[in-house]
Amino acid sequence: MLLQVLASGLSAGSIYALMALALVITYKTTEVPNFAQGDMAMVSAFIAYMFLTDFQTGFIVAFGAALVFAFLLGVGFEGLVLRRMRNPTHLNLIIMTLGFTLALFGLAGWKWGADQRRFPFPVSASEVVRLGGVSVSTLSVATILIAAVLMVVVFAFFRFTKLGIAMQATQQDPIAARINGVPTRAVVGLTFGISSVIGSVAALLTAPLITLDPTLMWDALLKGFAAAVLGGLNTPVGAVLGGYLLGVIENLFGAYVSVEFKSVVAFLIIVIVLWFRPSGLFGRHHERKV
Amino acid sequence: MDNRSDVLLELNGVETWYGPLRALSDVSFTVTDGSIKVILGNNGAGKSTLLNTILGVLEGQPKSGKISFRGTRIDRMATERIVRAGISYVPEGRRIFGELTVRENLKVGAYIQTNRFAARQALDRVYGFFPLLAERQSQAAGTLSGGEQQMLAIGRALMNGPRVLLLDEPSLGLAPILVRQVFDIISQIRDEGVTVLLVEQNARMALAVADEGLVLDSGELVAAGSASDLVDNAEVEELYMGASSLPTDRESRHEVDPE
Repeated sequence: MLLQVLASGLSAGSIYALMALALVITYKTTEVPNFAQGDMAMVSAFIAYMFLTDFQTGFIVAFGAALVFAFLLGVGFEGLVLRRMRNPTHLNLIIMTLGFTLALFGLAGWKWGADQRRFPFPVSASEVVRLGGVSVSTLSVATILIAAVLMVVVFAFFRFTKLGIAMQATQQDPIAARINGVPTRAVVGLTFGISSVIGSVAALLTAPLITLDPTLMWDALLKGFAAAVLGGLNTPVGAVLGGYLLGVIENLFGAYVSVEFKSVVAFLIIVIVLWFRPSGLFGRHHERKV
Repeated sequence: MDNRSDVLLELNGVETWYGPLRALSDVSFTVTDGSIKVILGNNGAGKSTLLNTILGVLEGQPKSGKISFRGTRIDRMATERIVRAGISYVPEGRRIFGELTVRENLKVGAYIQTNRFAARQALDRVYGFFPLLAERQSQAAGTLSGGEQQMLAIGRALMNGPRVLLLDEPSLGLAPILVRQVFDIISQIRDEGVTVLLVEQNARMALAVADEGLVLDSGELVAAGSASDLVDNAEVEELYMGASSLPTDRESRHEVDPE
């Protein structure tokens, strides 16, 4: 029973971890959470759906198109929307991300409607495999593996490539990065592109589980945000651990305490963490950029 | 300075504005290849603004005037391109990347360096200057002491293999022994062929290593000359070297209030 709960927790946690990572990557650049992260991912999932159903393409083409779209959407959101603001305050930026998310949500509703659509996927949520006494769906296995591989790739990129290191430098101090010859505008755009791609992978893994409609990523965004707060909004690794932790805690709560209140756990966690450890479990104390 | 072919960096009638405030007015001077030039002046005189203007960090500035580097206009170039052209900058307050390791900081410094071998050589050279950085290369830069961070900031700026190094107050907040060490290193850097343009409050120390100097006051150039001329210039001495170090007869002559 416990192992079973842990497996479900890990699977849900993978989605939260991806969303948390996507949020944290841009949070470190702008110092505000991008509340459009979820709906940007949702629209990307619809792009894949369009390719699969309207254009009848295979999965590789459809998912590839969705990821390319997500990347461009992220770059465009930063370059054409956020950067156009004159001397934005944090509040201005937050409102802009909220505005953008409402615009995307409205557009998706207008284009695709509110129907819950079955999202075709190579593996299924109902097809079950037994692994060491635990039954997990092939979709869960795929989710856990894909998320883990993607996150390892992202972390390796940040840690070991010159561009990744320059990206971290830009997050910490854009002016200092620029005077070292880093083209910071392009780098910030790229940061949003990568973040959007990570979010859209989460959306592509969520859609086959709960069907596709414009509210696809609402829950995932809020949980991802909670996970990032739990782990630490300024530590990508912490946010990812926060995602897995939240998935597991939520499922343990659902199994042993109350299924009805399972979703409330995430929000209780936000409140409790902000009371006792505002920088998150794994976060350093936040230093404000000048 | 007189021979035009030796001029590496030239400013001509440079004017920089912060909104409605004029921070630099009609600043003109040249920097000779292979020299150390120091910019003196009080807080708010426009020293840092001058360096930021040269590097193109200030949006839309300079408003007027020309800046040329090795004969090419750079006053409308993006900062990345100016850095690529061969100008490096150690900003005020060091601005190292605290969450990155020492080695990663240096890697960012070599961002424009596409040749891996050259980057490796630059790293060895910086570690040669600052053996301490080699020892601490895997440590997060934020955990270094102030002096070590200054070394890192200078090392990072040298990673590009610059022709000119701009330094903003490298002695700020350092213990006297470290200040001496930093100035020794600046001389060494010059001896290796890098031209240095230095902003300093510590005028005495700076003029001791510099070849030439100039004095900014409220954004205007009020004095310029060789370092030895400036040392002898009583006014400069009074204003920028601290009254306490003046002999008593001069003190009365210049009516300095001995606090």
